Amino acid sequence: MSTITYRQALNRTLAEELTRDEQVVLMGEEIGLFQGSYRITEGLLEQFGPRRVVDTPIAEEGFVGVAIGAAMLGMRPVVEIMTINFILVAIDQVVNHASKIHYMFGGQARVPMVIRTPSGGTGQLAATHSQSFENWFAYCPGLKVVAPATPYDARGLLRAAIRDDDPVIFIESLALYDTKGEVPDNDYVIPIGKAEVKRHGRDVTVVSYSRMTAVALQVAQQLEAEGISVEVVDLRSLRPLDRPTIIESVKRTNRAVVIAEDWYSYGVTAEIAATIQEEAFDYLDAPVVRVAGLEVPLPYAKDLSAAAKPSAHSLIHAIRSIVR
Amino acid sequence: MRISTLKPRTHAISLEQEAPSEMRRYYYQMLLLRRFEERTSEMYVKAKIGGYCHLNLGEEATIVGLNAALTPDDYVYTNYREHGYILARGADPRRVMAELFGKETGVSGGRGGSMHLFDAERHFMGGYAIVGGQAPLAVGAAYALKYQSRPGVVIAQMGDATTNIGAFYESLNLAKLWQLPVLFFIVNNGYGMGTAVERGSSEPNLAKKGAAFRIHGERVDGTDVIAVRDAVRRLREKAEQHHEPAILDVVSFRFRGHSVIDADRYRDAGAVRRGREKFDPLTSFATRLLDQQIVDQAFLDTTAQQVDAEVQAAIDFANSSPDPQPADLYTYMYATPVANTPSADDALRAVGINRGAQ
Repeated sequence: MSTITYRQALNRTLAEELTRDEQVVLMGEEIGLFQGSYRITEGLLEQFGPRRVVDTPIAEEGFVGVAIGAAMLGMRPVVEIMTINFILVAIDQVVNHASKIHYMFGGQARVPMVIRTPSGGTGQLAATHSQSFENWFAYCPGLKVVAPATPYDARGLLRAAIRDDDPVIFIESLALYDTKGEVPDNDYVIPIGKAEVKRHGRDVTVVSYSRMTAVALQVAQQLEAEGISVEVVDLRSLRPLDRPTIIESVKRTNRAVVIAEDWYSYGVTAEIAATIQEEAFDYLDAPVVRVAGLEVPLPYAKDLSAAAKPSAHSLIHAIRSIVR
Repeated sequence: MRISTLKPRTHAISLEQEAPSEMRRYYYQMLLLRRFEERTSEMYVKAKIGGYCHLNLGEEATIVGLNAALTPDDYVYTNYREHGYILARGADPRRVMAELFGKETGVSGGRGGSMHLFDAERHFMGGYAIVGGQAPLAVGAAYALKYQSRPGVVIAQMGDATTNIGAFYESLNLAKLWQLPVLFFIVNNGYGMGTAVERGSSEPNLAKKGAAFRIHGERVDGTDVIAVRDAVRRLREKAEQHHEPAILDVVSFRFRGHSVIDADRYRDAGAVRRGREKFDPLTSFATRLLDQQIVDQAFLDTTAQQVDAEVQAAIDFANSSPDPQPADLYTYMYATPVANTPSADDALRAVGINRGAQ
């Protein structure tokens, strides 16, 4: 067991997978010589050379497509998209091709690839660099979408994603990269499609993923002192979605708050709220409350930006609205 | 009409050096493609085939010429006008027709349809129906060939209008930057749907569109099976031996509208009629074979009968093949099974479909 950051968890796992399987290659902008925009791939070019750690031009549609084509011939590319905002110029390749190739061609081809990318907004990055689009990909059958919240989950899910024979969108968060956690030294894998109850509680279930799980855990601790017992369900996978774990939790607590960084309308929180009313309607003592981004292009100014983003403050407000 | 931009015909080239059996094989394949597409059109009108359906009529020499230059190691990625390519690659016509009919026995299990044919065994890596989408994929396959030190090249087939989309240019750049064994094979039938090449491309000479990427380009008469084969052979060799990508602009004449349901009103009917006669790769090849005494009329007649029977057998097979079952709706969902994926049982029950006994 060692205590490492989320960044170290990713970095070490990439190094191990590069060592384990010759068909694994890393591709992306500035991942080699530059050491990675967020230093996730730091040192890997030096360790593995340019054949395995491939700096690409700024051409997301091109190199994401290249990764898909290479995966079809048996390689296992791990692509870094600098931030999820830039994946939009490659969305044809992800949605029209990667997600469909196995099904549409009757199971004759596989696309074992991973796209790693940080999502969400921190540090006044403003409208075009602060978006959350994981729901766009979670919407699409044929993809798998994971969004770990801790170094432990990041390590286990990245292993699972790289060893999986389907395209996996691996959602990270700039605000999580420096967070620390305990990680075992063995070669464990966290199964895709399984949520986890990160904290048990009696009064309300908070459903979250990625950075919002960190916020939820912090809020749960804070409210414990006030006598409100919060259960935190960390989704970890958005597609497939572990509905049973959500439903079992809500059946125990009878109340639910769903929090996500994406925009309110048509976002992840809407899907979770719908799931809860479908499968746990009779168990609910209050309406499901959603906490999500306010629906504006995220403004630059500090106070405006903070007001538009979901936070510990807005989560506490939501919990108090349904828990007396 | 942009028919005038076709190169002077090369049909005068002697076939003396060619193996007669090869020439007969080309003719057989070209006729198979022709009859397959004619009957496909007929089946579409009879509503045996749904969706969009794009035919290779007029492109028989382009396709057979390309295929004649390829080896089994090579991989082929195409657009959605691809029936002929998978047939030329050796796929069973019965299974291709079954796919058009949406049957379980189809080359894609009835999940793909006309625009999404696939044959892994023959390295036919799919028809792709988003214009330009196949180009980066083909470059990626070439990347894998090089990475894995395997022989062969990748064909990135596309239509003329695809040379106007961004994915094409990103593909050219990566192919040359990384020196990959890929040939961009542009089927230039003069039109992207209803838009003539000159109305969509600031550079109508498509062979020049790789210039900024230092990619060599050539134009070839796509109605001459021998000329296409020889051009592909040359460029293929450079791609495989020297990892030098290239563009081949293969000019032919589209016999009909963009798809089966396109009435082709934007082209002059008389010019289309004349074009079909002037640029028919099949009749011109037959004339050459007869003139140079490689075949006789009896061969042509027998071949016609054989091909008719083969295509009829494909239709019969497709007609009698089973439909895919709703119980298998989720069968190809994921290559690696994972927890909490929906099952066909649950999903169908939820929408009130009783799948009954299978």
